[in-house]
This record gives sequence, structure tokens and C-alpha cells, in this order.
Amino acid sequence: MFHFMKDQIQAAKPSRRSFLKMSAAGVGGFILAASLPGASRKAFASEGDFAQPFVHIRPDNKVVVLIKHLDKGQGTATGLATLVADELDADAAQIETNFAPANVELYKNLAFGMQGTGGSTAMANSFLQYRTAGAAAKAMLVAAAARKWGVDAATITVSKGVVTSASGQSASFGDLAALAANEDVPAEPVLKTPDQWVYIGKSFPRVDVPAKSHGSVGLYGMDHQAENMLVAVLARPPRFGGVPTGFEAAKAREVKGVVDVVQVPSGVAVLATSTWPAIAARDLLEVTWDESGAETRSTDEMAKELADMTATKGISVPGSHGDAEAAIASAAKVIEVDYAFPFLAHAPMEPLDITVFFDGEKAEFWTGSQFQTIDQMVSSKILGLTPDKVTINTTWAGGSFGRRAQPDSHYFAEAALIAKARLEAGNAAQPIKVVWTREDDIRGGYYRPMVAHKAKVGFDDKGQVTGWSHRVAAKSIMQGTAFEQFAMKDGVDATTVEGIGELPYELPAFQTEVHNAKTPVPVLWWRSVGHTHTGFVAETMMDRLAKEAGEDPLDYRLKRIKNERLAGVLKLVAEKANWSTPLPEGRYRGIAAVESFGSYVAEVAEISFREDGTVKVEKVTCAVDCGLPINPDNIVAQVEGGVGYGLGAVLRNEITMTDGEVDQSNFDTYLPLRMTDMPKVEVHIVPSTEAPTGIGEPGTPPVGPAVANAIAAAKGEWVTVLPFSRHGYA
Amino acid sequence: MSVSVTINGTSRIIDADPETPLLWVIRDELGMTGTKFGCGVAQCGACTVHQDGIPIRSCQTSLQDAEGTSITTIEGVSGKAADAVRSAWEELSVAQCGYCQSGQILAATALLSETPKPTDEDIDAAMDGNVCRCATYARIRQAIHVAAEKMEA
Ligand code: FES
Ligand code: FES
Repeated sequence: MFHFMKDQIQAAKPSRRSFLKMSAAGVGGFILAASLPGASRKAFASEGDFAQPFVHIRPDNKVVVLIKHLDKGQGTATGLATLVADELDADAAQIETNFAPANVELYKNLAFGMQGTGGSTAMANSFLQYRTAGAAAKAMLVAAAARKWGVDAATITVSKGVVTSASGQSASFGDLAALAANEDVPAEPVLKTPDQWVYIGKSFPRVDVPAKSHGSVGLYGMDHQAENMLVAVLARPPRFGGVPTGFEAAKAREVKGVVDVVQVPSGVAVLATSTWPAIAARDLLEVTWDESGAETRSTDEMAKELADMTATKGISVPGSHGDAEAAIASAAKVIEVDYAFPFLAHAPMEPLDITVFFDGEKAEFWTGSQFQTIDQMVSSKILGLTPDKVTINTTWAGGSFGRRAQPDSHYFAEAALIAKARLEAGNAAQPIKVVWTREDDIRGGYYRPMVAHKAKVGFDDKGQVTGWSHRVAAKSIMQGTAFEQFAMKDGVDATTVEGIGELPYELPAFQTEVHNAKTPVPVLWWRSVGHTHTGFVAETMMDRLAKEAGEDPLDYRLKRIKNERLAGVLKLVAEKANWSTPLPEGRYRGIAAVESFGSYVAEVAEISFREDGTVKVEKVTCAVDCGLPINPDNIVAQVEGGVGYGLGAVLRNEITMTDGEVDQSNFDTYLPLRMTDMPKVEVHIVPSTEAPTGIGEPGTPPVGPAVANAIAAAKGEWVTVLPFSRHGYA
Repeated sequence: MSVSVTINGTSRIIDADPETPLLWVIRDELGMTGTKFGCGVAQCGACTVHQDGIPIRSCQTSLQDAEGTSITTIEGVSGKAADAVRSAWEELSVAQCGYCQSGQILAATALLSETPKPTDEDIDAAMDGNVCRCATYARIRQAIHVAAEKMEA
């Protein structure tokens, strides 16, 4: 997501002046912080000041790296710890991580200007910041050791967490922490040159794997426990846009453990002393709904509306060149291809959850917050507090795929409203955990938008393209949110058209138009956002164009490609997948390449067909260029997972509605990818010294079109209406 | 009403509605949060525990059905297969978000206890009920093979 903000990463590099400031804090520990402009050293040390740091070294010799991003499985905590550990020359075993508190000044994403995680920006925006924090900490440890031993700092070396002088003295980081806290923060700590890196580009153990392999207590928001805590489960409107007008709760209140029933704008909450009674009692509520503003159409009707929109002229998307319409009008041959993409739920393994404690003066939340700044602002407003009175304890998240990155912070708002209503009704302040069941998650909206595309391409008599006119229709993700003013220009939402406003291939004339559809169904970014559909369209169209020209799909692309790095991954994947070698009988392959979020990924899918006609994806070979590979094994893991996530969706996922009500409710109707569906995935990383870019999302877009192209290689027909299960392929 | 169940080797008397799913007893009453809630309808395996050594879905097992049996959760699972599985899981960095992994580890441990040298088909059969939305399946498969080798060594 936030592709549009990508360019700001470079522009937003922290200025040295305001960058690092040291402060003493804790007992005998020392802390390094990116400081508030003008903040004094004292300010950081004072009690109750939440302006906390990136690096904390404890007397017990542990180095705690403060993680400003949410880690929902993409490995960011490990990545940021790697940067600090390397510059600090720490031993991997002494590194721990903690999630940073909500503090926009200290912990903003330098690509967004607010604290938040998304758009595969975590490593890119932090690369210099976290290395600098590690380098400064090392310089201060060295200075402290020099002072203590009375030696020249230049004679001191640091390796694997041990500080040593030329004359033989040595000390651990923990030994020196208290002294180092008194040293000045170097204005310009010297960063290592790439040849000096010990972890970056090599390997660093994942910081979370041991805890996650032992079922450790309290890792996730869902696991939060507290004395006297209530659990809330809500009956939410059956149709999007509905609001509760009243309820009958006599039966619900009879369930042992139920404490209260509270109506809020998003639904009616049953509060109980534990989770099960709340779930059971929720089903006994009778709620009346005002559905005057609700979506009552079926998804078939919505799909038709979108398709109809693409038949008319829309808003021009920047990036057009040439006169595509004129070229098509005088073409020897014209093809017109309509695509239809369904709503998709993110369905992270951990359904949403959030715990709130509000006592009228201050509030505290525990959850996998992904947009801390917005979550803090929205909830503080509801609770009548200043943002500094709202503490957010970010937990590990059991997946997100975009779901927790909330422009409207709806799940924070809901929890805040419940807590506020309880307090206003005269109840004592109590922690309240709002738990979403899987049904609430699947039926809860914030879907990948439903999208229609229409591609109209003209050819000359040799099958060469003369012009391509394209239209997209979807509900905008940004419109109506706080991001609209930055993210929409002249009616064009970049997240709707990213990847199709301009193609990475040289074509004589090309233009795209967009229509913004309206529906009360809330939509959101879903792992790789617009590229989930634009990548599919662009890369299946490229195969069609190659066929019209009578050329090999790989050669066709390479001959016209404008971007060297995209060409690089295409060539690499072709070589690794033996593109030019014929396949055994019954096997077919397809290729696709998509640039997203500044990273380049090409994939070759090799498929066969089962006896029942369904597709078995045997193997996906991937080539990845995400700049400097900080942690190669994590890149491989993210691409493996990204391929699986994208494949599961194109095979058989769709949210459909009948008269506005969602037809799916759980994993028995919204069928997840399983072990038996998982292809072999082989990932090849392009060695690079370019600035690092993200990898959480870019593995996802190419898999759908690669498989669709493989199906077309077998059957001569491209799937244009998703998912594949609609055509008997899954 | 109280029900007696052995959890991770300790016998416990639990005072809760006997219809309560074991999942919520383990998580809310006993405060052991390693066993996860993923779907509540026997579709994902996040809630997998062992009942007398057999993997079951604790979201579909009532407290009453667990009466008198021995339940093992991620917090308590141990022995040759469990140790091999954990060490393979760490070696290959299997977990991404990790939310499904308690269930995966219990399912894999049960598989290896029964079938110390599983084939890919055995793995498909044993693991297909355990969903991983991060799609760590390739590493899960590989880690099971690695764990099998570790058990032999
Ligand atoms: S929570 Fe029990 S199978 Fe999903
Ligand atoms: S590791 Fe995230 S669901 Fe399996």
C-alpha cells in the first residue's frame, strides 16, 4: 500500500541535526533516541515520558531494540534488530525486541509522516535510521570504555558484544551501559561500509521464532489477560451500512457469565467474564436494525454496475501517451477483454481483537496496532482525551495482510465507545477485550474492492499493437478517509490504478481511465493492494498480445520492457525455470512479472491438471530484486508466503452477497489455501546494492497471472473472471 | 459443576459449564494462551491439543468430553518427537506470524509419534486440516522431514 508515498522515502531522510539524542534512563541502563526537535536530554529521562528510544542496553547485557513497526509475520522486528546489531557489533544472542509505544515524533514511518506500517516500507524507511542508532550506541560504548581505561578510543575494538582495548582490557556492553549513558551522542556516527557488515545481507536469527514455537504467553492481542477483564462480542449489522436501533437481551443475559449488554453505533456488545459466554450469548440477542442506508444489492448486481461503468468514459489517469482511441479506431484488428475481480477478505489467522482500559482520565489499549498514530487520534477523540493520555501497547499480530491498517480505526473506535458507554452508565473502569469471531472477520467488510477492468487493444495486420485503451472501475480505498487529501488527485485514487496507469512495456499508444464506484461495503488494502488486480490484468494481457504477434511471451516482454531491473528478474526466472526447455507431457507453464512497492518480482508457474479438471500448481519459480537483501532467508520466506497467499485467493476466494448479506462466514465457505494446495516454491534473489525495498507484498501479484497464463497455455483460454473455481479449475 | 481433567500432566478440577469448549477452558480459565482460536468450527486446527496422545480440536471438544482424559497443550508437549519438531521449526524459521504454529507443532508431533518417517503423502494427510494464512506450508513440510531425521539421529 501507499505506493504513492514511495518517493517520499528519499525526501524524508532524517536531518542529522534532529536525529539522535541520547538520554539516561532506567537504572544503570542507557538509551538512545531519535529526539524530538529541541527536546533536551532531560526530557527523555523524566518519569512518564513516553518518548522512548531505539536501543536500550541493560546491565544484564541484553540489548533491546525498540521496534516502531508492527510485526505481523513479515519479519520486521528481526530486520530492524539486524540493522542495530550489525552497526553495534552486538552478539545475536543478546538482542531482544520490544514494540515501541505510540509516539509520532519519535517513531513515525519516514515514508508516511505518521507511525504506521504498510506499503512494504518498513525496512526502506528504517534502513539508515536504525543503523545510525546502532552505530551511535557503539561509539558511546567505545567512548565510555576509553574513559574508564584511560586509553585512546582508536585502540578499542568491538566484536560480538565484547569491547576490547589494544592493551588487553575487555568489557561487555552491560558492564559499560551505565557509563556510556553519560557520553555525548555522536552527531555523525560512522556507519559501516557494506564489506564490514556481519549480519546485513547474510543472516540473523528470527527473534520471534522460539517464542512462537513454544506457545509463549501473551504474544498476541487475542492473548491479553488482565485482572477483572471483561470480554465483549458484538452482534453487527447483517448488511453493510445498517445501524442498530434497539435490542432485546433477556435470553442473552441469562447466560452465566454475562455482565452487560451495550449498544454502540457498530452493533450490540455482550460483555461477559470470559469469551465463551460472550460468544454464546451474542447469538441469543435480538437486534433491530435501521437499514435505510444499507447495501441491499447482490454482488452480481454490483459486478454488473462496475462492468457497465467501464463501458463509459472515466477520469483520465496520469501516464497516458499517444492517442490510443484513434489508433484503435483505425486498427486492423481489435480485441476487448473484460475482467471481474471479487471482494476478498484478508482473513488473518488471528481474527481482530483489542483490549481497552479507560478510567475517564486516561486510556490504554493492547492490540496489534498497525497505524498507531491514527488509532491514537481516533480513540483519544472519542474518549475526550488528549492523544498523550492514550497508551497503545502494540503486540505481535497473527497476520494482517492490510486488515489492521485502518484509516478509520474502526476497531479501536468500537472498543473506545464500549468502554465509554460502560463508564458513563456508572460502572467501575475495567479492562474490556473485544473479540471478533471468524464469522465476524469474514463478514466484517474492509475487503479488497470488487473491480472491473476493460482492456481494448488495436493491432496492425502483423498482430503488433497500435493502441491500448484501458478502464478500471472500483470503489476507492482512499476516498472518504483521512488520506484522501494526499492520496487522491483529481479523482484518481493511486491505489486503484497502481500498475495500470503506465505499463513497464513500450507500447505505441496507451491510456487508462478510472471510475469510482459507490457502496457502503467498506474496502481496504489487501496484501499488494491495486497490484492484486492490475498485475493480473497487465500480465495476462501481455500474454494475449504475444499470442497475437506470434511471439514467445518471455521474448515479447523482454523486447518491449522499459525497466532494466524488471528485465533482470524476468531473465533470471526464465533461466532458473528452464523456460526454453520443453516440459513433459501434461505440464504447462506461465510467466508474469510485476513491480510493486519498488521491488521487482517475476514468477514462472508450472501446472498440471487433476483428473477432475482442477489445476494443480506444481511449482512456482521466483526471481526477486528488492535492492540490497538485508535478510535473505526472510526474503525467501516472504515470497513463499506471498505466493501462497495470492494463490489461495485466485484459486477459490470470493466474498459474495445476496441482497446485501455476505454468503460466506468461516473457513468452510471462504476456503483457505491448505498444505495439499501448496506448490514447491523456489526463490532466487538478485544480488544488489540498490537501496533496500520491501518484500512483504511484492511476492503476491505475479502468481495469479502466471497461473492464468499457464492455464491458457494448456487450454488456449485466459481466465478473466475470478476466482478460478468459477471455471472448474479449483 | 466441576470436571476433572489432566492438563499437561497435572490433574485439575475445573469449575465451569461442562458444555464449554475445551479451547476456552484452557485459554480463559487456565490462562494458557498458546492454544489458539482460529475458526471455532473445526476448520483450521489452530486449537489443536492432544487428548491421550491423539490430536483433537479443542474448539469442538466440550469440557465434559475431556473429563478423565489427559490433555497436552503446546505449553506442555514434550518428548522425542516434540523436541525434534521444535528444533526443526527453529532451525528453518518456520513461523511467520506464528498464530497457527502451536496447532501445526502439535499436529506434526502427533504425526511423527505415529509415523517416524513420513512421506509427503503422510504429511498431506496429517497436516491438511491445519490452516496457515501466512502459507508457511513449504517450510512446515521441510521441517517435518528434518525433524524425522533428527529423531533417527
Ligand atoms: S479453532 Fe478449532 S479448528 Fe479452528
Ligand atoms: S504463521 Fe501465520 S498463520 Fe501460520
